[in-house]
Amino acid sequence: MKVSITINGEAQSHEVEPRTLLVHYIREQAKLTGTNIGCDTSSCGACTVHLDGEAAKSCTILAAQADGGAVTTIEGLATNGEMHPMQKAFMENHGLQCGYCTPGMVMAAIGLLNENPKPTDEEVRLGLEGNLCRCTGYHNIVKSVLAAADK
Amino acid sequence: MIPATFEYKRASSADEAISLISQYGDEAKFLAGGHSLIPLMKLRLAQPTMLVDIGRVKDLSYIKDAGDHIAIGALTRHMDVEKSPVLSKHVPLLAHAAGYVGDAQVRHRGTIGGSIAHADPASDLTATTLALGATYVAQGPNGKREIAAKDFYKGFLESALAADEMLVEIKVPKMNGAGWSFQKFNRRAVDWAIVGVAAWRNNGASGVALVNMGSTPVLAGAVSSALAKGASVADAAAHAADDAEPQADLNASVEYRTHLAKVLVRRALEQASK
Repeated sequence: MKVSITINGEAQSHEVEPRTLLVHYIREQAKLTGTNIGCDTSSCGACTVHLDGEAAKSCTILAAQADGGAVTTIEGLATNGEMHPMQKAFMENHGLQCGYCTPGMVMAAIGLLNENPKPTDEEVRLGLEGNLCRCTGYHNIVKSVLAAADK
Repeated sequence: MIPATFEYKRASSADEAISLISQYGDEAKFLAGGHSLIPLMKLRLAQPTMLVDIGRVKDLSYIKDAGDHIAIGALTRHMDVEKSPVLSKHVPLLAHAAGYVGDAQVRHRGTIGGSIAHADPASDLTATTLALGATYVAQGPNGKREIAAKDFYKGFLESALAADEMLVEIKVPKMNGAGWSFQKFNRRAVDWAIVGVAAWRNNGASGVALVNMGSTPVLAGAVSSALAKGASVADAAAHAADDAEPQADLNASVEYRTHLAKVLVRRALEQASK
């Protein structure tokens, strides 16, 4: 079947099987490999993208379900080579080590601030409960999100 | 992991969805948010040959004040239930419990109707709507019928819905200022409840339901009977597992679940009695 999805502002159409997952569509059809596949069971959040403006786990969504919708991935955040404030905050606050969870973490964090622009430390921790990081121990990720919220 | 092959059709209305599912019979499934069904399909625990996608049927996403109850469209997403001012005012237990489903990403996609139709005994919302005495509205080829939550859950992932019936609305009685509590015991954020309790109490009346204490969500009728007869919270909570047939899994033995149910029902009733 043919699906049409606007990815990072660009309208795209590709032929897929109905069972194609959105994350595979993004990585293999749209050739945007910034979105990672982690657990593949909607637990870890590495595959988080924005679907129609909301953070969602692209390993648990069919590309077919997103047909006619709009997706933003980590590649769509920077403008004119300038990093998104959340990306900058992660860099400045050492919010990553190996970086595997980072694209999903950044997309989830931006989604969180869209819904709650001035979260408390507690609300950031709760808001990112669907994203796992095995390196940082989370403290610097929370610090990064709070720093981005202050900007 | 990817699911086994299937055909996909998107419906734009409930009528169209029911007509499509009727053509394909038992091998077809409705797809709402997909956050229960797609994981099962990836593990090949479910292999429908046809999915009828109802996720974008817009007119089944609503929360309306209908006098003595709140009517919730089956395709209302968990996040909208959690954030609803109408529910926070009239059915705060349900709005609160919706905030415990999965994580923010899951709550953006998963729907209350999908969760109930999936009939998972470990779901937070099946037990919560059961405790609240909700009524579910099903629509089939011959029209609509109402099913009381207490008659809906037939077995593990099995409901009273026929293969060609679609859950379209959840009617939840207003709580009228009743005290309430939602208790969820798990070991890590985002996990399913090892045991959970949804409870409310208003003078002599009460409703208590248990999460993950059997093959279906369980209405703890013995607890409510004891309370109605004037039992103390502690005495009523001792009956927490009377109506349950818990099973052992890698998280908990039958004995541990039974113990947890009693402790959590006591805590829930203490909170609901304040």
